[in-house]
Amino acid sequence: MDLELSDTLKKVIDGLSDQFSDSFIEVYQSTGDTFVRVEADAVVDICKYLKSTHHFIYLNDLFGTDRFTSEERFEVVYNLISLRDRERLFLKVRLPEEDPRLESVADIWKSASWMEREVYDMFGVHFDNHPDFRRIFMPEDYEYHPMRKEFPLLGIPGSIELPSTTPDTE
Amino acid sequence: MKTKNISDQVDPKFFKEHQKKLYQSLEDKHTTIEMQDDDPLNTEMVLNMGPQHPATHGVLRLILQLNGELIQKAKVDIGYLHRGVEKIAENKTYQEFMPYTDRMDYLSPYSNNVALCTAVEKIADVEVPERAHYIRMIGCELARISSHLLWLGTMVMDAGAVSFFIWTFREREKLYDIFDHIGGHRFTISHARIGGVANDLTDDAMSLIKEFVNDFPQELEDFHNLLDRNRIFFDRNREVGVLTPERALEIGATGPTLRASGYAYDIRDFAPYARYDDVDFEIPTRMEGDNLARYYVRMEEMQQSIRIIQQCLDKLPKGPVRTDNAKQAYPSKDEVYYSMEGMIHDFMMTDIGICPPEGAESYHAVEGPKGELGYFIQSDGTGHPWRLKINSPSFKNLQALEDMLDGEMVADTVVIIGGVDPVMGEADK
Repeated sequence: MDLELSDTLKKVIDGLSDQFSDSFIEVYQSTGDTFVRVEADAVVDICKYLKSTHHFIYLNDLFGTDRFTSEERFEVVYNLISLRDRERLFLKVRLPEEDPRLESVADIWKSASWMEREVYDMFGVHFDNHPDFRRIFMPEDYEYHPMRKEFPLLGIPGSIELPSTTPDTE
Repeated sequence: MKTKNISDQVDPKFFKEHQKKLYQSLEDKHTTIEMQDDDPLNTEMVLNMGPQHPATHGVLRLILQLNGELIQKAKVDIGYLHRGVEKIAENKTYQEFMPYTDRMDYLSPYSNNVALCTAVEKIADVEVPERAHYIRMIGCELARISSHLLWLGTMVMDAGAVSFFIWTFREREKLYDIFDHIGGHRFTISHARIGGVANDLTDDAMSLIKEFVNDFPQELEDFHNLLDRNRIFFDRNREVGVLTPERALEIGATGPTLRASGYAYDIRDFAPYARYDDVDFEIPTRMEGDNLARYYVRMEEMQQSIRIIQQCLDKLPKGPVRTDNAKQAYPSKDEVYYSMEGMIHDFMMTDIGICPPEGAESYHAVEGPKGELGYFIQSDGTGHPWRLKINSPSFKNLQALEDMLDGEMVADTVVIIGGVDPVMGEADK
């Protein structure tokens, strides 16, 4: 597939495939957005490289997806923005179903802290070296990860105790 | 942290009876205070604000570690409103999900509608008629004014002035009337449709918009006159909740919160959607990063919105308001009522919906009143999104809030929350 890349993105892709030839898996475009898929264990180095060399100083979003039946089930997507070059780049890693684990990028962009917590909460992906690793939306003692595909839309009855509706009779 | 039995956990050293009574009376209130044991003068304490508190603009819980009146550390606890909209989206067709977007940032439903529509149009490659783009821009900018007006009213109320809130609501009332004429609803209008908008602007709506655009700049001027030189408002906002430029970017602030810290990052300029590249407007920015800067940025944004609406009204082209392809958009109601094919297509659109190509991924963002509002869609070729991720501005701004509160005075907490303008419906997605 031919890629229609701007000059800056071309430079970024070339730089990535040069510097991280072992971890660079593929680059593709879908409806005008550029996605780069890399190996999970190199993600911190690649993020550092993108931030320092290509000025992707703004981490716009970080989220997970569930590929369910596929080999590597979970996907974590980094939505990066370079304000100087006015470019947006999506960085992707795939993780196995068993014990999905990834290195945290909260040291590189502070904003990753809450976003990684959200990915953990919704998909159960663990982030190592995270400064404050907790659930964010669901209570801490909740044992499911609601955005996984097998989690039913109606929830699991009795999965969490609701507070008493009559506080006086506690 | 427990909300009951405070008196069991504290060990008063002075005036024991008196303090016990005080704690007891506290127990039934919404605020819980926990004293540190090794602090004889009780200057250090942990203060729980919320989750339900008039100043938290929804269900937001703040846990503040105080030293006297100074906030040493602050933690924000969200999730009290979790409604699982992303999960719902995976089980609905794209058009069926539209009313849910209204209820995300319920202060500016129109922007949210447009955000979802443009994202779906991008992934499914739907062409939108020119006139619909301009109607959407008018709607979005009206929604921005509406949202900023509510922010202005509540923020000034948080700073101590109540009647101002009524005045901004008087203006919002006019906007509701306009939305009533545009889409048939006052609050959650769901007017944008995939492939265009639900219906054309009526003459009534047009004259109301024109009247509003004429009158509102004077109102805005009056608001400026009242607040800009108001000693109380000025002093309560200047150098309060400072977010330095580096910090703002690092912590991922967006929208007016980021622009008040010096970065002119605006999706309308960064990646123009609709016809924003055809109209002239400025992106207000400030360098100070304090609450006053955020106030100025939003006030100027309202002015720019009026400017954009005026240009849209001048340029508004004639033509259809929705694409005429039954596989991509709803047919008009005339067709539905009077032709069999129209009815079938209407059913098909609701039931099966629009099917983007299999394996397609797309991200599209619009500039909502609170910042970048983006929709990431992964399609598996059916009418339901396989994954729909909402990149909501309030979530990112709240994380910045956690950072901003450290080192501030406890009395300024409500003003800072007001200045950041979070909507919990959007943060707890």
